[in-house]
Amino acid sequence: MKAFETFRGRVAPLDRANVDTDQIIPKQFLKSIRRTGFGDNLFDGWRYLDEGDPGKNPNERQINPDFVLNAPRYQGASILLARANFGCGSSREHAVWALEEYGFRVVVAPSFADIFFSNCFKNGVLPIVLNEKNIDELFDLANADDGLELTVDLAAQRLVLPSGAEIPFDVDPFRKRCLLEGLDDIGVTLTDADAIRVFEARHRERCPWLFDALR
Amino acid sequence: MSARTLYDKLWDAHLVKQRDDGTALIYIDRHLLHEVTSPQAFEGLRLAGRSPWRIDSNIATPDHNVPTTRRADGIAGISDPIARIQVETLDDNCREFGILEFPILDARQGIVHVVGPEQGVTLPGMTVVCGDSHTSTHGALAALAHGIGTSEVEHVLATQCLIQRKAKNMRIMTLGHLPPGVTAKDLALAIIGRIGTAGGTGYTLEFAGPAVQALSMEGRMTLCNMSIEAGARAGVVACDETTLDYVRGRPYAPAGALWEQAVAQWRELVSDADARFDAEVEIDAAALAPQVSWGTSPEMVVGIDERIPELSAAQRPGQRDNWEAALRYMGLEPGMAVTDIGVDRVFIGSCTNSRIEDLRQAAAVVKGRKVAGSVLQAMVVPGSGPVKLQAEEEGLHEIFLAAGFEWRDPGCSMCLAMNADRLGPGEHCASTSNRNFEGRQGHGGRTHLVSPAMAAAAAVAGHFTDVREMVSASGGGA
Repeated sequence: MKAFETFRGRVAPLDRANVDTDQIIPKQFLKSIRRTGFGDNLFDGWRYLDEGDPGKNPNERQINPDFVLNAPRYQGASILLARANFGCGSSREHAVWALEEYGFRVVVAPSFADIFFSNCFKNGVLPIVLNEKNIDELFDLANADDGLELTVDLAAQRLVLPSGAEIPFDVDPFRKRCLLEGLDDIGVTLTDADAIRVFEARHRERCPWLFDALR
Repeated sequence: MSARTLYDKLWDAHLVKQRDDGTALIYIDRHLLHEVTSPQAFEGLRLAGRSPWRIDSNIATPDHNVPTTRRADGIAGISDPIARIQVETLDDNCREFGILEFPILDARQGIVHVVGPEQGVTLPGMTVVCGDSHTSTHGALAALAHGIGTSEVEHVLATQCLIQRKAKNMRIMTLGHLPPGVTAKDLALAIIGRIGTAGGTGYTLEFAGPAVQALSMEGRMTLCNMSIEAGARAGVVACDETTLDYVRGRPYAPAGALWEQAVAQWRELVSDADARFDAEVEIDAAALAPQVSWGTSPEMVVGIDERIPELSAAQRPGQRDNWEAALRYMGLEPGMAVTDIGVDRVFIGSCTNSRIEDLRQAAAVVKGRKVAGSVLQAMVVPGSGPVKLQAEEEGLHEIFLAAGFEWRDPGCSMCLAMNADRLGPGEHCASTSNRNFEGRQGHGGRTHLVSPAMAAAAAVAGHFTDVREMVSASGGGA
């Protein structure tokens, strides 16, 4: 995984609560056995007027001019500003792959669904939780004619506004380290392989029926 | 040791290591795999040169993409070439790594969350994960079960563990018993309607009280299945005689002395009497009516005897906007009676409601009646090969076929419409599945979540109707 570095990026505001992963990447695109190729179909049902299908050329699709990501001033956005319970529903990691491939490196919302939240960190995408007041203020700024650019500083755990004002945020220390150092968390876990083996031997002794049945 | 909840006990029993940074390594007993969320995980293992930690923890079956007609054609019967490759890839990966699989033509194939308990592959006291959010289903067995993403699928394959933070405990306490004609599905929908789709975020739910204790195991699976629709990764029900009676004799369940040893431990899988919960919710089960969802989120739900709420009733932040958008998508009006909503298609199936008791409840309503002429299609999709076989032995398929239902082969089918089964734009569907999100069952499709009995009643009436008025008071309650 690539290390997460401080950057300044444009904010796209998606003013809708309970955005589910079926909306982020609809099911017809989950048939791929690859990790890539999902960016063109991010928010497919909202972004385009015609029905999406894996075989369709994105350049020949009917763009929905009313969808916020299609507005000229949000092109190139790398920070998605969202409402409560973002990423609810299905566990599909394809949702994060689609966001990341589209260009989003950060999602800011008042709350996230658990599985989506966890999937973000595995793919170098930083989900940031802010209180409703901060979120409302950011929506006001992002909705304004000039739009909004933010600096995301993970090491210092703060967002910096163009005015210089700062908004601090919390992040789990382990996940922060993985992002900053670009760590492969399987590799991190395998440094505890001995502890896993010791546990497993004890577990097998205590609950022998949990082992060897599926052979 | 101080008093513990069932979740506390399951967590403690699988804690490999508590780290200083607040995360923990949790050991995983059972890993279920299907074709959609596993190929990239296997590819990741190959790229990193890693092998699975413990082969005999894993079991796989294809379910999301499989056709529900002409099953005898096997993989060749999957008309979409991309979907066919995905199912073939699961077969290939299981063969390469030596993982037990029930492939498309295996008599035991089915929806992974139906197959697990049915085969005794998921058991009380286990940690169970799968790259599918409805893994919460297995919590009905007093197991700690939840969905994971594909990176975590790879992590479990490679290390047999997950890196987690412990969730908080929430108890959903039912008061009284469910009335006749009101089922586990209605209870699940009513709970989500009450606490909202984010109400359980960060918690493990424990479903308790007389209405839950009286549920069959299949009813408990329906209830735990929809924990994720309340935002909770996992839901659990305490182990009791109902649990043990269900597990006993299953193909992969322990037997003989091993069974006795297991049962002695499983009897401890209950919350201590004085255990503390971080949150408690009470639900008056005795006062519930059959539920129908009217919007594009499972929390947008009312009783069959109620009306779609007025926008002025919205309370949570953003809720009014969400309701407006949902009603626009659904083509419905505030204040409308739910019984005035017509039904174009009916789907009885999914990991929520495709087990034998679900099919029996639907058949009891349908028996001797016909699907209304205004309904374009009504179908029953059993959850697994054994469920289908059992239903046919009981003659349920003949009841459905005589009424005008289609009788299909097992799979996820129209719950998420990855295969050929789907809604057309604007069509309303009475569905026993779990999600009514925009486009979930097909582009522009309009899903209404209901119990199998309510779906059957809607099929006959051509619109939503109170199933309690169609069957004698002696039926239902399961």
